[in-house]
Amino acid sequence: MDIIVCVKHVPETAEAELKIDATGKGIEKAGLVFDINEWDDYALEEAVRIKEKFGGTVTAITVGSEESDSTLRKCLARGADKAIRLWDPKFAGLDAYATAKILYSAIKNMHFDLVLTGAQASDDGSAIVGPVLAEFLGIPHATMVKKIEFGEGKAIVNRELEGGLEERLAVKLPALFTIQTGINEPRYVSIMGIRKAMQKEIKVLGLADIGLSENDVGEAGSWLVLEKLYVPPVEKQATFLTGSPDEVAAKIVEILKSRGLI
Amino acid sequence: MVEIFVLAEHRQGQLRDITFEMLTKAKELTGKINACLTAVLLGKNIKEHAKMLAEYANKVLLVEDEKLENFNSDAYQKVLSRLIMEHKPALTLIGHTSYGVELAPRLAAALNIPLATDCIDFGFEGQRFTVTRQMYGGKVNAKAFLRKSESYMVTVRQAAFQTQKPQPPLNGEIEEIPSPLTEEITTKRFLEYVLPPPGGVDITAADVLVGIGRGIKDQSNIPMVEELAKSLGGVLACSRPIVDKGWLPSDRQVGTSGKTVKPKLYLALGISGAFQHVLGMKNSELIIAVNKDPKAPIFSFSDYGVVEDLFKIVPALKNKINEAKAQKAA
Repeated sequence: MDIIVCVKHVPETAEAELKIDATGKGIEKAGLVFDINEWDDYALEEAVRIKEKFGGTVTAITVGSEESDSTLRKCLARGADKAIRLWDPKFAGLDAYATAKILYSAIKNMHFDLVLTGAQASDDGSAIVGPVLAEFLGIPHATMVKKIEFGEGKAIVNRELEGGLEERLAVKLPALFTIQTGINEPRYVSIMGIRKAMQKEIKVLGLADIGLSENDVGEAGSWLVLEKLYVPPVEKQATFLTGSPDEVAAKIVEILKSRGLI
Repeated sequence: MVEIFVLAEHRQGQLRDITFEMLTKAKELTGKINACLTAVLLGKNIKEHAKMLAEYANKVLLVEDEKLENFNSDAYQKVLSRLIMEHKPALTLIGHTSYGVELAPRLAAALNIPLATDCIDFGFEGQRFTVTRQMYGGKVNAKAFLRKSESYMVTVRQAAFQTQKPQPPLNGEIEEIPSPLTEEITTKRFLEYVLPPPGGVDITAADVLVGIGRGIKDQSNIPMVEELAKSLGGVLACSRPIVDKGWLPSDRQVGTSGKTVKPKLYLALGISGAFQHVLGMKNSELIIAVNKDPKAPIFSFSDYGVVEDLFKIVPALKNKINEAKAQKAA
């Protein structure tokens, strides 16, 4: 089975304190660690597991500047056979819709049985690229997938709904699935593995290579244009408890006592 | 008259809350641009839903077909494409839910209608259609606008708007439309619902919950917080990443894809406060959060906050609780 996995190189921000940069449209990147988008990490692992079971190839593909190479190297170290990076300075300012167009232009000429993406990216959280790419490719799709099994010409997938509920769908192949976190346990990549992947080639394609024009990409080819970022207004601010850990702990205990919780 | 479409979401015989939240916001917008508020309802044997929606909308478009009995985005896309092409609504609202995420992006691409997802606010501002959405797990808000178009589409975050029933009810007309689905949908078929496995612990019944998130760092740190929970007479709950990593079973997960809880105390340790988690715990009676990041969104939903490493607070807190309990006993 030939599988294409779309990945994104993003900053890890879950536990970082973020500052908006001078342009007002981005965050300050200094001090942030960049890595493969968490959802994509699960998608890549799922692709490699399917390859290990049924044979075939895994191709990792991304839209991003040179910095994204480290994420592609990680994919190669994890078991991807090929890596493709799509970038052109004219892409700058692109949204999820333009990203899907760019991916489509490269993928339409490739052979695949399955396309996997993360259910969303941790930076913009759009959850758009996968289903739009499926529409362009003219193949069925399912989003937020937590389990994949294969039957004759089809896949049986579990989709995550709300409140712990899931639904099972039968989807004709070839298809595109967006992968939800928790579907598997992504394997650990050794430094050795990454070093070995350093020798593998990353194919880089630009605007002309994929047959798109300037108007298809960047802000001009996007649905959504960013105006500004700002820190969310605080609706209800917590009362902060300060002091040494012991002092803070004592204050918490007083609060709990006053509420009859101790 | 120009229309605003709101797609009604329902499952297993229930209209979902997001439907009414969207209708409430859409009513505000229709007032501003003098538009007709149209609820769109697809399904089978759902006339009761249509009557309920009519109280919130100027018109209800009802399409009934057995192929629409269970949600299938391919079937929905075919029907909605037809309705949108015929009615040309200025705006179509769909919930940013498991159904909306499956449906909206592909529908928008097929019709070439600009779409913004997971929006917490939006509206027509002069010549522009602007949206507010969150980035980086809710740490930053983004103001953006959609490329100029005759028609826009938005998926709306759950609980971003509070439902208000129009007084008096709008009593919109229910218009039944023959289903345009002529053939079976074969690309994608609904098979069944899969219920979550019954768990050993019912966190919704606990008075005290100690919730842990990414900040717990490693599975080996769980016994420490478990002990803290026990000393408070409570149980351990968690945010999504802890379940994804397999450190706690899924019946401990709080949030949109887990449980909604309202304990007397929710002590959040190392939880940043992404909205998916917050929606499941914000109505707790008392919320105390410990997080290293002073700007973590969790602090805007908490009564008390501690900006500190949880590994310093937890041992100190355990000591003070034990002291207090010993004093009480004596």
